Amino acid sequence: MSRYIATRAIRGANTVVAEAEALLKAAIADLGPDTPVAFTNTAYFLPVNLAFMGRQIAKLSDMVPALEDAKRLLHPVPPENMWVPYLGETMDSGMATLLAEEIIEGIRFARGQEPQPITWDGTYIPTANFVTSDPMAKAGKRMNGPIDDIQLRAWGIQLVDGRMPGFAALIGCAKSTEVAVQIVRELQQRSILVFLSGSVNGRSIIHQLMEAGVEMGYDTYIIPFGTDTMATIYPLGFAARSALTFGGLKPGMPREILQYNRARVFAFAIALGEVDDLKYATAAGAINYGFPVVADTVIPQILPTGITPYEHVISMPFDDIEGKDDIERARKLVQRAIEVRGVKIKVTEVPIPVPYGSAFEGERVRKSDMRVEFGGKSSRCFEYLRMAPFDSIEDGKITVVGPDFDQIPPEGFMDMGIVVEVAGRKMQEDFEPVLERQIHYFVNGASGIQHIGQRDITWIRISKAAADKGFKLEHFGKILYARFHADFGAIVDKVQVTIYTDKAKMEEWLAKARQAYTHRNERLAGMTDDSVEEFFSCTLCQSFAPNHVCVISPERLGLCGAYNWLDCKASNQINPTGPNQPIKKGTCIDANFGVFEGVNSFVQQASHQAVQDVSMYSIMNNPMTACGCFECIAMVIPEANGVMVVSREDPSMTPAGMTFSTLAGVAGGGLQTAGVMGHGKYYLTSRKYLSSDGGFKRVVWMSSFLKESMKEEFKAVAEREGDPNLIEKIADERVATSVEQLLPFLEEKAHPALTMPPLF
Amino acid sequence: MTEASRRSTDPAIQKLLAVAAEDGVELAWDRLQAQQPQCGFGQLGVCCRICHQGPCRVDPFGEGPQRGVCGADADTIIARNFARMGAAGGAAHSDHGRDMALTLLALAEGHAPDYQIRDVRKLMSVAGYLGVPTNDRPTMDIVKDVALKALAQFGQQTGELAYAQRAPKKRQELWRQAGIMPRGIDREVVDVMHRTHIGNDQWYESIILAAMRSSLADGWGGSMLSTDITDILFGSPVPLVANANMGALSETMVNVVIHGHEPTLSEMILVAVNDPELIAYAKSQGATGINLTGLCCTSNETLMRQGVATIGNFLSQELAITTGAVDLMVVDIQCIMQALGPLTEHYHTKLVTTSPKAHIAGVTHVDFDEHRALDIAKQVVKMGIDNFKNRKGTHIPKDIDQMVVGFSHEYINYALGGMFRGSFRPLNDAIISGRLRGAAGVVGCNHAASCHDETHLYTVRELIKNDVLVVLTGCSAIGCAKHGLLSPDAAKFAGPGLREICETVGIPPVLHLGSCVDNTRILTVLSQMASEGGLGDDISDLPGAGFAPEWMSEKAISIGCYFAGSGVYTIMGGRSPIAGSKKVTEFLGDVLEERLGGRLEFLPDPQEAVERALKHIDKKRAALGLPEYDAKRFGQSGDAVTLKMLEKTDDEILNVYSARA
Repeated sequence: MSRYIATRAIRGANTVVAEAEALLKAAIADLGPDTPVAFTNTAYFLPVNLAFMGRQIAKLSDMVPALEDAKRLLHPVPPENMWVPYLGETMDSGMATLLAEEIIEGIRFARGQEPQPITWDGTYIPTANFVTSDPMAKAGKRMNGPIDDIQLRAWGIQLVDGRMPGFAALIGCAKSTEVAVQIVRELQQRSILVFLSGSVNGRSIIHQLMEAGVEMGYDTYIIPFGTDTMATIYPLGFAARSALTFGGLKPGMPREILQYNRARVFAFAIALGEVDDLKYATAAGAINYGFPVVADTVIPQILPTGITPYEHVISMPFDDIEGKDDIERARKLVQRAIEVRGVKIKVTEVPIPVPYGSAFEGERVRKSDMRVEFGGKSSRCFEYLRMAPFDSIEDGKITVVGPDFDQIPPEGFMDMGIVVEVAGRKMQEDFEPVLERQIHYFVNGASGIQHIGQRDITWIRISKAAADKGFKLEHFGKILYARFHADFGAIVDKVQVTIYTDKAKMEEWLAKARQAYTHRNERLAGMTDDSVEEFFSCTLCQSFAPNHVCVISPERLGLCGAYNWLDCKASNQINPTGPNQPIKKGTCIDANFGVFEGVNSFVQQASHQAVQDVSMYSIMNNPMTACGCFECIAMVIPEANGVMVVSREDPSMTPAGMTFSTLAGVAGGGLQTAGVMGHGKYYLTSRKYLSSDGGFKRVVWMSSFLKESMKEEFKAVAEREGDPNLIEKIADERVATSVEQLLPFLEEKAHPALTMPPLF
Repeated sequence: MTEASRRSTDPAIQKLLAVAAEDGVELAWDRLQAQQPQCGFGQLGVCCRICHQGPCRVDPFGEGPQRGVCGADADTIIARNFARMGAAGGAAHSDHGRDMALTLLALAEGHAPDYQIRDVRKLMSVAGYLGVPTNDRPTMDIVKDVALKALAQFGQQTGELAYAQRAPKKRQELWRQAGIMPRGIDREVVDVMHRTHIGNDQWYESIILAAMRSSLADGWGGSMLSTDITDILFGSPVPLVANANMGALSETMVNVVIHGHEPTLSEMILVAVNDPELIAYAKSQGATGINLTGLCCTSNETLMRQGVATIGNFLSQELAITTGAVDLMVVDIQCIMQALGPLTEHYHTKLVTTSPKAHIAGVTHVDFDEHRALDIAKQVVKMGIDNFKNRKGTHIPKDIDQMVVGFSHEYINYALGGMFRGSFRPLNDAIISGRLRGAAGVVGCNHAASCHDETHLYTVRELIKNDVLVVLTGCSAIGCAKHGLLSPDAAKFAGPGLREICETVGIPPVLHLGSCVDNTRILTVLSQMASEGGLGDDISDLPGAGFAPEWMSEKAISIGCYFAGSGVYTIMGGRSPIAGSKKVTEFLGDVLEERLGGRLEFLPDPQEAVERALKHIDKKRAALGLPEYDAKRFGQSGDAVTLKMLEKTDDEILNVYSARA
């Protein structure tokens, strides 16, 4: 701290706690003490109060004792002379501020004032699958409010595998709209989540970005929370929840939750514009998490370290930053902020005329904004990566065979094939599909380019904006060349890319590609747990869930859906000491449950003795643990003698009496709970899916999202199980959200689970 | 330079020295002068009076006798004298600790109704160390068991002291290897007394090691228990603003001065002086109220916990009387000069001794009994009030300084991060980065042969200038407080890195950790730093040093030994009591460092002492692989830039985006 900051932060804390008290009194008087209080789409109540004080705030009267917690943490402002120490006191006042701010936001929710209404000319639509019954939110006239649990988990895997390094909270208002846009772009290029809140003299960076037409939402990594400082509580609540979700920590463990954030969550705040008491107080709260603050104005610096891993408060007066213009200054400000948090982020320079970074992965190109598309309804598109003899290809050679798209009318379409040939001493044929799947992420990173699908169902769109900036077909080659070298340099020495638009050539290569796809399918399909000697571990998530270990076998992919056995094998080649280690199966202790001596001893050691035994094929008997990034949760429904499977995308109530979010609390954090298990979507189609408990036929309820999105795959599974109508016998949220509704449905459909041996 | 300024750096003391001279009273300095020349054999430590065949002495120049009647050589004589000093010092500290434990037991058994448990959290942590179960038990049951277990530590015969487990693991192992792990508090004192009896241990190494063990039994035993139990009874200190020096005496109120070491008495006097009836009585006697102040370590106790002003340290005690304003001086144990007896006869001050262990011939004695503590305290205070009317002229110097006190290790932990993030991490980080070059403890007494407080001040100022964070206890703390070094404003005297830390935490560059018995707080801080990580895994790995620049009491020898034995480079000022033996000097230096990582040296030159300590700190930094200390790299944080910018904006538009002119 500094006395200047301590004075303002403590003063701010006292003010906001008093304000919360007044607002609470008024709200209880107006609405009654039993009025419900809830943040939307989260099972974590008011997460900051839950995490740090263990309080489950569900109604206004629950806030009365919560506010007493905050009051106990307040301290007097240090005097001008002969002050007693203020650092610890300021940290506590910062915590009081966060508790009070969240209480105020909770009261606003109770009054229907949150998420903040957009009263000016602008809209915000949070995400494509955002679920709300609120007409204002539907119309895009509200800010984001708290991040929902589904999104928290979806981001989880990206946070752990490094695709998304962390988050930056931008608070206030940038010097100019131009600067605001530049700061955000710099962060996006590094795939850092951008959280927006606060204002200076009534003007917020949210206004600035809306005016500049910057696309905001979960998909672009830019989340507007609200134009006042208090909205900063949402990102801090998000951080607290990440410790509960992934860290296996429990509410009421403040020290551990804060330490978890300090060690594992890469986050920092940039205070834009003048810093007032409330901002200082909120910053003091953030410093409790180990999150540093960088200001673009003159404020006292706090450079000693300890509570944060690096400097606590840095002042970089914007006009004093060396740079030829404000754009360069903005760039340097962001660079410094990232340095202060202490992570080196590798930015791959991709020589294309549009911005590039994972934050652009989620961008959509609407038909009206589209210059040209490849694949989809009207044309064909494929991508194919193969290993080539070392001397047969030329590194960096990019060829376009056939015409570019300049002759195609706007919003038109054409055929295209992308063929990538790679060579390297460590390259193996097994890695081809692993590398090929990266094309999706690599191409999507370009701003204004949309990539969907894979193999011969690839569908690519180029926006008018990208085309106007000079994006051409050869740039696909440049992207792939740069990224394969940067990300897979350990196994790839040479990369050559050929883009085919010439009809004959395109068809010739499409045929070759299809032959390869078939060959791969057969090989992968033929691969079973019994046919290999080793499985692989995945401890990528241990940065977040320290005691969780995934065991990945040919017939059971990682619970996040992102890593199968081949991926792990490739990853282990690339990084032999990395998170994917071979696990010798060793003696099979129980073939039915899938218990292996080698797996048990590996898991014991890698889970730090938290988990002793793991069954690969059972939900009932020592099921595998989960970090929190699972695509699905399976849970036993004893009444139905079967299991239900709810997907991450499904916000509805389930027959287990809990939503995905609530269930996730039971399934995640590296805890072993019989009858509950997180898993990847495609595990559902495996022969080993719950094979010791009866297999896929045990599934009595499944989110309709899964049924629809994996229709073809499930058809094959039903055939395999000898019951072609099996999928129709499985209930979903449209017919049953309780056991009472489920059982009659199953009886009517004569679901096989009802006549299977009892689970217990 | 006047005689007064040669005797003391304290302006208040200088003024009072003039008063005393005028009044023709004799003071410690005069008596020291009268003692000259002091016995050279005694000064070197080579005089043996252990058996009645002596005194024997060894000629340090090698010409006269080299052995005593029994054949003891200089090494044995010096080692025995040194060991006995340490044992006496440890006995004093530990006996103080025992009295605290007895008070705690009396409280638990309902016999000490005037005391209460003020820090339950501390009680629980102490219970943990002593293996007392706490789950679902009534507090008073826990208190009783803690008191009994604590008392058992004194009488324990075999095994290891319970508190030794609070030291880093590596340190405990070193003690076991060296055979100096303390077994029981009293046993180790008796061991030294027996061992040094005529015709017993006559090898300086084993004598010194036994001295180490009895000192460790003090530091990690009697004294540490004393600190903990005192915190349980009277509260663990938290920062407070308080006054120091004679200016805290009142012209119009009844001045009650407490002096000595045990807070059981001083805390009760504090209650008594706030008693409305006594205040009313004081007013009836023509005073405007009752003003409590203190001297020496009992003052440190009430200063740390309640902010009661201190008027001075050991050498201030006589001068306080010469103000003519002290109506009552109530004393208990340790460091109370017999000279106060005759001196108070010359002035109007009423002197009252209270400890059955510390009478003074001809002085009023009121036996303090914790069973009727408050009644006795009131009775004593009333004596002071009654004496108010006997005041003649007063000479209260106006000198007064403010300070921030109250740094228990629990609070330091809190200060560095608050309730949720408190830890020693920021302190370790500061040392690792080089913002702090290291940390040092400056402790100990006053010595009439050195200019009062001067060496303390020199040492502390030099250390903070070199970015060494300083912790203080005892008379050293009071000396520095009187010169403003305990105020947060003193950060301006610190090097750039230390100043940054002071501004960040809001602390003075010099932290007051308590009375001399509270040196154990330093041991706890050091252990916590070692276990926090990044600075090695033992106290001896830390870049730090300890000083006792003006030591004189036997307790100081015990303290010096337990610090050295705990791995600290400890430098004691003034004349060496072991100067007559090269072997003992080497043993306490190089040999000890090799075996235990710490060393004990006697260095008369304070400049050399600081230089050696800094060199040692840099050596430890290098051994840890830390960056070389370079003050120029630091000092960029703080309020100055912002405050300057805000200053000049009265009539111009503030550009918050630039710090440039």
